[in-house]
Amino acid sequence: MENIGLLMEGFGHILSFNHILLMMLGVTLGILVGVLPGLGAPNGVSLLLPLTFSMDPISAIILLSCMYWGALFGGSTTSILFNIPGEPSSVATTFDGYPLARKGEASRALTLAFVSAGLGALAGVVMITLLSGWVANFALRFSSPEYFAVYFLAFASFISMGAQSPFKTLVSMMVGFALASVGMDTISGNLRLTFDIPELIKGVSFLVAVMGLFGIGELLLTAEEGLRFDGIKARVRLSEIGRTLIEMPRYWFTIGRSMLIGIWMGITPAGPTAASFMSYGVARRSARDKSQFGKGDPRGIVAPETADHSAGTSALLPMLALGVPGSATAAVMMGGLMIWGLTPGPTLFTDRPDFVWGLIASMYLGNIVAVILVIATVPLYASILRIPFAIIGPVIVAVIFSGAYQVGNAVSDMWLVLVFGLLGYVFKKLDYPLAPLVLAMVLGDKAEDAFRQSMLLSNGKLSVFWSNGLVTTLMLVGLALLLSPLVFWLLGISRRRRLGVPKPPQDGTPAA
Amino acid sequence: MKKSLTIACIAAAAASVAMPAFAFEPDRPVEFVVTAGPGGGTDIFARTIQAIITKYELMKAPIVVVNKGSAGGAEGFVYAATAKGDAYKLTFGTNNAYLLPIRAKVPYTEADLTPVAALASDEFVLWVNGKSDIKTAADFIAKAKAAPGELKVAGSQSKDVDQILTSMINDATGADIGYVPFKSGGEAAVQLAGDHVAANVNNPSENLGQWQAGMVKPVCVFKSERLKSETKVAGNEGWSDIPTCKESGIAIDNYAMPRTVWMAAGVDPDAVAFYTDVLKKVSETPEWQKYLADTSQSGTYMSGAEFSDFIKKDETAVSAVLKREGWLAN
Repeated sequence: MENIGLLMEGFGHILSFNHILLMMLGVTLGILVGVLPGLGAPNGVSLLLPLTFSMDPISAIILLSCMYWGALFGGSTTSILFNIPGEPSSVATTFDGYPLARKGEASRALTLAFVSAGLGALAGVVMITLLSGWVANFALRFSSPEYFAVYFLAFASFISMGAQSPFKTLVSMMVGFALASVGMDTISGNLRLTFDIPELIKGVSFLVAVMGLFGIGELLLTAEEGLRFDGIKARVRLSEIGRTLIEMPRYWFTIGRSMLIGIWMGITPAGPTAASFMSYGVARRSARDKSQFGKGDPRGIVAPETADHSAGTSALLPMLALGVPGSATAAVMMGGLMIWGLTPGPTLFTDRPDFVWGLIASMYLGNIVAVILVIATVPLYASILRIPFAIIGPVIVAVIFSGAYQVGNAVSDMWLVLVFGLLGYVFKKLDYPLAPLVLAMVLGDKAEDAFRQSMLLSNGKLSVFWSNGLVTTLMLVGLALLLSPLVFWLLGISRRRRLGVPKPPQDGTPAA
Repeated sequence: MKKSLTIACIAAAAASVAMPAFAFEPDRPVEFVVTAGPGGGTDIFARTIQAIITKYELMKAPIVVVNKGSAGGAEGFVYAATAKGDAYKLTFGTNNAYLLPIRAKVPYTEADLTPVAALASDEFVLWVNGKSDIKTAADFIAKAKAAPGELKVAGSQSKDVDQILTSMINDATGADIGYVPFKSGGEAAVQLAGDHVAANVNNPSENLGQWQAGMVKPVCVFKSERLKSETKVAGNEGWSDIPTCKESGIAIDNYAMPRTVWMAAGVDPDAVAFYTDVLKKVSETPEWQKYLADTSQSGTYMSGAEFSDFIKKDETAVSAVLKREGWLAN
């Protein structure tokens, strides 16, 4: 195992007092920017970038990547405590994380999220260590039809799992698609749905939408219910963290499956947001007892968090090996690489192994440091919920509005947050699901671009989606996932019919 | 807020030395509006200038960089255009500043902007997959003519520089090469490295990593003379070894993308003079030369009438292509 040897050398490069200190600094700063919605990891990293110009590249990348880990953890914190996802990829964590926190088990929810996130990230790094050469080549096989198939798979695994009526799911998803198409269209270069309003040409920011839909929408509901958080009663006990840690092994299967989904979505590279949604969808669908999902089921926290972080980590590999950033943060870091005098790309592994393996080694250490630091903050965050709503409510509103402004430095986004807040409230009242809307907003325009690029590449032939083994497999798995509820439903009908007949079946088929 | 404050603190600490007197001097933070997302070519362009200004203390006031890159950069230009007369906003872009209003119904026109300077010009190279049997531009055209409509070029954005160049190649050679727009040059580079498209027309820096690894190879450069950089990139091959397209089979003389700086219309001419001077000083630093060399761009500083004339010429040339393709917005 040549890679293990290189990794050990990498550890040799980074194991120094200064570097560990930089890691702790990076993680702490990251948690801070992650907790403030709208500021987020890309802004945090570009803010720190100028400070790193005088550092050597290894120290610089340790600081920046640790900030990235910290921000990812911080993003889940607000999802769980206030129903405000700090990052697009932590939206799925709100589905069960927030209900669990409202039940008074905020410490448990946070600990579950952080530990599974840490495990997910470690799985990603282990994959990078063992498979770096193979994965880089695998990612090259992806063109537009394959991308479309991956997005289709993500939609298929999430759709029709909702508890609400399928028509409400469809309405919600279509609203999401419409919102995703506002702004300039990549394929034609024309503006769509902007109604000559200058503020709309940049499109509707996903973060602004979720802050309104989830954050403001939830606050409106809470206000209506009489201005109180149920979590107020919760006492913060350190033993609760310990008990949750012991509880973790019970979810080994969910964790393992989510790791695989995350790694797959990270290298393919559909990204962490698709991974967390897909993992949540699969966990919910495959659960024997679905009744607790959406009301604070621990698996509903573990699944998206594990997948989110293993995808986020795995996505760094295409960036290093191909020079293609998988996320906004990765793009900023790549800009940094160039300024430090390194060329991101296939030759980075051979030209500067000390840098690449130093970075990979720092991912191991940085994530462990991050998990320890964030778990130490759990009592602090959990006690925030004990503050009376009359005080914390306005603070959340202020944080949401400043966050919305931060996203694009635009005042118009603050109005949009209000509109989305009302929409979120109406959706909740009428029992429309928000998740399909969010998923469609995140992946809608990407799926559309990939589809239309495929059509341009194949001169309009749909057979391009069955043109090679990879894309065919992806499409078949997607179709199977999409149609499986229908099949189970039909099976259920026939089973009931058979059970209704008093005499046992004569043809030898089991009565199931 | 936090970002601007921190940058402001750093810059304020750095810029405490006296400066030569100008009729205009910024006395509060200057906003650098980047018409591209973080990490892209325009972003690195603006942040390099910011770093140089800070290092040499060319300006007392602190600088705040904001990215407004949605809608192909239109977001940033609209933001600049609505700040009529604002001497505290510099907008960084390419020729998209004046091309966007021609090809799309964006809510600003070129008249809403004041050109300040152009500091560099990014070249265009025709690239094919590293394993391809195409050796010269003539090979490529022959292959395209043998299979009309089947060869695809990947590029960044729609109806932008890459697609315009593809259309010019078709016009100059009579070939029928298709174009597939992606979100960025980086994506176009990977599509070519994975052999999903026949070629791309990326800027040198966008394909550098892939060339080093032998995944893609350059065919020709769209310039009247060869590139000057003697740096060897892959084995014995370097930038100056790439033949010009004109000498090797595609009759396109010069095609480049200027990296430009703008202000809103109606700003005080003294302010324009001040920033022109600062940018001129930036372009004379060794750090700027290093940036040009690292990204394989040509250093062509233009301002004032020279820059205005260039814009008119470029606009006319490109508009002709847009008109032929029926891409004019109005």
